[in-house]
Amino acid sequence: MSDVFDVVRLSLLIGGTATLGSLPIAFLLAWVLARWRFPGKVLLDGIVHLPLVVPPVVTGWVLLLAFAPSGPIGALLERWLGVTVLFRWTGAAIAAAVMALPLMVRAMRLSIEAVDRRLEQAARTLGASRWRAYATVTLPLAAPGVLAAVVLGFARSIGEFGATVTFVSNVPGETQTLPLAIYAALQQPGGEDQVWRLAAISVSLSLGALVASEALVRRAGRGTHVL
Amino acid sequence: MSFDVDLTGRGGRVSARFAVADGVTVLFAPSGAGKTSLLDMIAGLVTPERGHVRVAGRTLFDASRGVNLPIEHRRAGYVFQDARLFPHKRVRANLLYGAKNDRQLADMARLLDLKHLLDRWPRTLSGGEAKRVAIGRALLSKPDFLLLDEPLSSLDAARRHDAMRAITLVRDATALPTLLVTHDREEAERLGDRIILLNG
Repeated sequence: MSDVFDVVRLSLLIGGTATLGSLPIAFLLAWVLARWRFPGKVLLDGIVHLPLVVPPVVTGWVLLLAFAPSGPIGALLERWLGVTVLFRWTGAAIAAAVMALPLMVRAMRLSIEAVDRRLEQAARTLGASRWRAYATVTLPLAAPGVLAAVVLGFARSIGEFGATVTFVSNVPGETQTLPLAIYAALQQPGGEDQVWRLAAISVSLSLGALVASEALVRRAGRGTHVL
Repeated sequence: MSFDVDLTGRGGRVSARFAVADGVTVLFAPSGAGKTSLLDMIAGLVTPERGHVRVAGRTLFDASRGVNLPIEHRRAGYVFQDARLFPHKRVRANLLYGAKNDRQLADMARLLDLKHLLDRWPRTLSGGEAKRVAIGRALLSKPDFLLLDEPLSSLDAARRHDAMRAITLVRDATALPTLLVTHDREEAERLGDRIILLNG
């Protein structure tokens, strides 16, 4: 059993990487779903939300198939970069990112949809290009919601269990994040103290993230800005 | 001709044709006659189906020649009925949004009596104050013409007086070709150099 500090450090590393890595993808998807109309939108919406509704163990298995050395993505990674994510913390970050993505997309989409498009029009009549209007009006107004989504995504990432354990297993010091370490401690006789410690840290981290996210959303609701 | 407009849009439900000289032209019509749609088409927010828009000799839209300038190149000073100030920017930043620099900010603030409002957030403004800021913001973007959509509606009597004074000042100070839309006859007569009746 690895020591508590290691577990927390690894959890923060994996959660942070997963959140930052999925942020641009989530934002792009949220934008497309909020603003564009195209055939197949329902399908894209469904695919993005899949990890939220299928059993995490299935998501982990699909990732395993895709990233295995013989899998479509795994083969490319191995050939081009000579790396594998199996049983590595990078794999755990990918699992966490996939599981957090739907939550982030949902929250971001709502905040983008909530921006009054007539304000963008006003910006354009004042001479702003489409991009300047997005950057100076839409983005700052959606920013509190986007930040809240990031915090939620981070909380979801550090809590990830099922997909992670299926995809990259439970390797102390490499893929053993807080929930996996708690599970491992539970399997061991006399591991109760460790479980208490790790569980307390998990709860504080998640609660802290939720409170932060709530505070951001409230600020957004008052029409003030965060950035 | 300042405004040479011949437009049909919104599936044929909105159409208007007029050509007028400089000054303030009031478009007078009952509610629901598509006045706002007409201004939106002139500003480029809505694409008409047929016709043309020429302002001060510049073609902004011409369906037959395939001309359709993007909104930001039309140089319209559009004052919306609902002000549409940016809620995340203070009054000063709202005023300067479309301006090249802040050289004319002080003059504009004096003209429209906005000096004491510059550091306020839009949500703390009264309806009349917000409207004056919206007018100032449009003017500071150096437009070629002004579009005023029901500038006095949703204001109480005192604020109406306030806004009417601001518009008169602007009219006299800038002499920009202006289209003003209203359904209020008194407003039309007080502010307009000429009145055009639109059919619903």
